[in-house]
Amino acid sequence: MTADGPTPAGGAPAPSAGRRPGSAARERGSSGFGRYLFKHVSGAAVSLLLVLFSSFFIFRLIAGDPIDQLTKERPVSPEERAALRAELGLDRPMWQQFWDYITGTLTMDLGDSFQYRRPIFDLIVERLPATILLSGTGMVLAVLLGFWIGTRSGWKQGSRFDRGHVATGLLLYSAPTFWLGMIVILVFARYLGLFPVNGMRSPSTPPEFWPQALDIAHHLVLPVLTYTAVVYAGYLMIMRSSILDEIGNDYLTTARAKGLRDDQVRDRHAVPNALLPTVTLVFLAIGGVVNGSIVTETVFSWPGLGSLFVQAIFYPDRPVLQALFVLFSASTILAVLAAEVLYWFIDPRIRKS
Amino acid sequence: MTLLEFRDVHVTYTGSRGRIPAVRGVDLKVEAGTTVGIAGESGCGKSTLAMAVLRLLPKSAEVRGEILLDGEDLLRMGWGRLRAVRWTGASIVFQGAMHSLNAVQRIGRQVAEPMLVHDKDLSPAAAAKRAEGLLERVGLPPSRTRSYPHELSGGQRQRVMIAMALACDPDLIIADEATTALDVMVQAQVLQLISGLVSERGVGMVMISHDLSVLSAVCDTAAVMYAGRIVEQGPAHEVFAQARHPYSAALGAAFPVIGDPAARLRPGGLAGDPPDPARLPEGCSFRPRCAVSVERCGEESPELLRIEGARSSACFVAQEGEPVVIG
Amino acid sequence: MTASPTPPPPLAASPRRARRQLARSRRRQSFLRSWAAYRAQRTGMIGLVLLGVIVVLALAAPVLVDESALSVTQATGGRMEPPSAAFPLGTDEVGRSILALTLWGSRLSLLIGLTATVVAIVIGTTVGVTSGHVGGWYGWFALRISDWFMVLPSLVVAIALLAVLGRSMGTTIAVIALVSWSGTTRLVRAQTLTVQSRPYLERARALGAGHWHQMTKHILPNVLPLVLASATLLVPSAILMESSLAWLGLGDPNVVSWGSILNRASDNGAVSAHAWWYLLPPGLAILIVVLAFMMCGRALEAVFNPRLRGEPS
Repeated sequence: MTADGPTPAGGAPAPSAGRRPGSAARERGSSGFGRYLFKHVSGAAVSLLLVLFSSFFIFRLIAGDPIDQLTKERPVSPEERAALRAELGLDRPMWQQFWDYITGTLTMDLGDSFQYRRPIFDLIVERLPATILLSGTGMVLAVLLGFWIGTRSGWKQGSRFDRGHVATGLLLYSAPTFWLGMIVILVFARYLGLFPVNGMRSPSTPPEFWPQALDIAHHLVLPVLTYTAVVYAGYLMIMRSSILDEIGNDYLTTARAKGLRDDQVRDRHAVPNALLPTVTLVFLAIGGVVNGSIVTETVFSWPGLGSLFVQAIFYPDRPVLQALFVLFSASTILAVLAAEVLYWFIDPRIRKS
Repeated sequence: MTLLEFRDVHVTYTGSRGRIPAVRGVDLKVEAGTTVGIAGESGCGKSTLAMAVLRLLPKSAEVRGEILLDGEDLLRMGWGRLRAVRWTGASIVFQGAMHSLNAVQRIGRQVAEPMLVHDKDLSPAAAAKRAEGLLERVGLPPSRTRSYPHELSGGQRQRVMIAMALACDPDLIIADEATTALDVMVQAQVLQLISGLVSERGVGMVMISHDLSVLSAVCDTAAVMYAGRIVEQGPAHEVFAQARHPYSAALGAAFPVIGDPAARLRPGGLAGDPPDPARLPEGCSFRPRCAVSVERCGEESPELLRIEGARSSACFVAQEGEPVVIG
Repeated sequence: MTASPTPPPPLAASPRRARRQLARSRRRQSFLRSWAAYRAQRTGMIGLVLLGVIVVLALAAPVLVDESALSVTQATGGRMEPPSAAFPLGTDEVGRSILALTLWGSRLSLLIGLTATVVAIVIGTTVGVTSGHVGGWYGWFALRISDWFMVLPSLVVAIALLAVLGRSMGTTIAVIALVSWSGTTRLVRAQTLTVQSRPYLERARALGAGHWHQMTKHILPNVLPLVLASATLLVPSAILMESSLAWLGLGDPNVVSWGSILNRASDNGAVSAHAWWYLLPPGLAILIVVLAFMMCGRALEAVFNPRLRGEPS
């Protein structure tokens, strides 16, 4: 839980007193942003390239020839093998295969799934909404809950509220996601029968919009509950320690002296300052979001990308594994990039350096 | 008319080292339209005293005695009444404007904030307009209201603090080392601004500084604090010109007089450190550093007594009418 | 730094030995100080006691329950029997005692969690110290790579690697170590840079200390306490990662870990059979171990990182 975030409030060095007014405004011009953007975009581009390299390395070089796995259920003649190799382009030199792979990935031509015999791109498009629905809802809830509790927890450090919530958060954080999911299913779906056991919709639901939406929402409750329960504690601790960094700063005394109520001091002054360093941390934690959604989707048989990934392990459907490996990694890298760009706009202090 | 009155104020911190007395029985009055200076080294309790007025001290501090603002005891006020008095009855210009301003809020909003808190009928637009006026009053162009604190120079930030302190037309302004961090030229500007405001608006002012030249330039009366007590008090120029306590004499001598060759040769400053408030010496707490101490100083602690006119001193030697400076 | 009340013994054979003795007593004192600070934290002590109990149980497992209890063919119970006198925590789908499985599972979960952490810490510390100390192109490159690993979703990388490398204990450990070293690198690198700028290291350089000497004698002792705290927080995440991978079916098929027990439970319909006794023990065991490590790690962090100690102001 080490916060490597940017300098908290007050950490910024004071600009020299003799600086002419207006010079600060000029420094904020487009060139500063351009340089900042270029630095981070080029960093992300290098990271993305590394992902492509490593996926090729893992799935073509370490894993070896996919023909054996592709033909494992039936005897094949050497001629058939050769034809299959030619069809998949495996008879060509390695560097050419690599080039084809890179260009293919960049043009969204991800090849066909072994398992479904369909373009992987179509599979992803089909399953993406389910993943976004589940992890999006879960993440928004987790961030809101974690920040809300974390703020109050840090503000009254050592209070009963603080101790209780930190203990609860740690307890849930310590529970393995998949196990919590199984327990939730056992209790709420099996014993109490309140919610469906798994999946995203029931076949018997009428095809109209509202019944479908309600049905999906009904299916969504348990996975989101599980997901949020496991993830929110991380946000709680991030926000709590960020608030702790702000407590005792002079600007809070100023706010108090102005006659603000305690909650106004907290919400109008401490929280905006504490939120800034957490932005990057929240986006950095996006890797954990992906981890959580893979496991949650698998427990609840949620028809998203995560469960597609896990199914592909055992088929084994190597093109799907490879494509999703690239997709998941790329999305976290892009999320971090988005956080860095966002940071420029929300933290006035970063613009001067 | 007495605006602010401290009556036998004690402040004690409770920490890992036990109970530490930071302020030990201070009596002081501030009349409307006058400026009172409080001088002393860092750690003598002067900032603690300032923070005690609006009850801004941390929970570990216990405040005893009475602090009367317009006759009303601040220490026995309910929280609601206290919040209403904060910034309307008394406001503070904090030291270190960089850290006392919210780094991620535009300064216009920070100046307007107390007006909106205390006047529920005021519209945000009207408050912004008034904030602009206040900033203009302290010499900042209206365009600066949209700046963030780090975009301003140190002097500008300090002026923002002053504009902020004026936001709710308080009767009393406390300036806590308001000019310490500034360079000399800016300091002079800010001081001029402050004294102009006092005379123009008729407010009372408490000015806290370790810099005697600042206090003698601005204040009517001055109090010198040492180890949590006032050791000398009187009209500001008299206290600095002719000290009646060896500590204020030493404090005055620590600032060289420019252009006076003798000042260079005079032993300036004071040997040793102020006493650890957790372990104060027996008798007069200044005795270990005092050049003129007598036997009695080690036995009992001198009271602050009037010695002549408006001047008082907590020194047995001065109370006897003897000089407190050797040579 | 110089305030060490114990003078070197008068009979020290050489100044070199006296120096060493001084260093040792100084180290001992700082250890005792840290221990006192640790002991003052109630949750840290609870975590430590819990860990002690768990480790003793794991070590004593062969004495408490014979290994034959894990055998599928020698199972004595019925299919998914609820708890009874013979099987205090019920049985699994082939009639083995869940209690025995959970007890034995602790050995593997702890072993994998600890080994993977040690490997990750060694890699992380080495890369962190060298990249911070050497700097230049190497330092830049090492930082980029560790940042890259930090951002990638660890479970995705682990699954991808295990899917192609094959399932065994060795690959599990290697893969978990690979996805966990980067945080330590960042921490150690930052600390190295701080230590590096202190005057005594400048003095050591001026006296002609080589890179190896500087890194092992000056930098490493200064970063180790923080490494210890972060290692304690890395173990629980390694254990959680192992259990997730094993639950997904990517664990070593020949051994029993808590994750693999739960994998069999899901595969054999323990949830639809309402076999709560099959689900609760291994899951609670993971939860308790992870919680115990977290409690210890947080307490250690508070000891070595005073900013977090949180003395109310």
